[in-house]
Amino acid sequence: MAEVMELNYTISNEDFTRAGEASSDVKKKLKQLGVSPDAIRKVAIALYEGEINMIIHAYGGKITVTISEDAITLVLADKGPGIADVEKAMQAGFSTAPDKVRSLGFGAGMGLPNMKKNSDEMDIKTEIGVGTTVTMVIRI
Amino acid sequence: MTVNDILDILEAKPIAGKDGLNNEVKTACGSDMMSDVLAFAKTQCVLLTGLCNPQVIRTAEMMDIVAIIFVRGKMPDETMIGMADEMGLPIAVTHHRMFSSCGMLYEKGLTGGIIDG
Repeated sequence: MAEVMELNYTISNEDFTRAGEASSDVKKKLKQLGVSPDAIRKVAIALYEGEINMIIHAYGGKITVTISEDAITLVLADKGPGIADVEKAMQAGFSTAPDKVRSLGFGAGMGLPNMKKNSDEMDIKTEIGVGTTVTMVIRI
Repeated sequence: MTVNDILDILEAKPIAGKDGLNNEVKTACGSDMMSDVLAFAKTQCVLLTGLCNPQVIRTAEMMDIVAIIFVRGKMPDETMIGMADEMGLPIAVTHHRMFSSCGMLYEKGLTGGIIDG
């Protein structure tokens, strides 16, 4: 895999039942490219968590996946409300998700910690009222 | 243990993804919280859940879950059945409750896997 490949997705928050379609597509493409199952699992979990977060908290956004020879980079950018306290948001169990989201099986406060756990590098840039960009790198 | 063995133990009825019934299962995870499944489920895992929506199928896809058992008689809808069939993911329904279902499988030697960290 010498070439760098880029995949782009626009995530809308209109239909929660469709959440995860981008992650599903990325997973299928990585499988076709012959990426190791271990790396695919990490990307799938980190990206799906991020995609769900975008829909719950930020009314959707854009996902860019860059696949290079030695790493997969996931960039999730939204124009949502921003994260007030990143340190707190990184704590396992801390959640600001509404009850409706919890009734759908999400919002246990495991999303960001799980994204960090499954990526080799993670960076969060956030500004209140402007949006959040999460960048994750998974080495392959 | 195979998915078929689990169906027998739990008297569960297969609903979709019947091609995968002979797949090997190593661990089990029982949860209605998909966030926790994403954080804690192990490889070659069967998922027991009382939550019944398309995100359960998506979560299983992302985690390479081997099969889903809906407990307390929760019946998946057409959308979920379609998704599972397309993925070749076995899904089944048991009338046993979550606690009993987990106990029945544990009794036959299936565990939740190693706790990390």
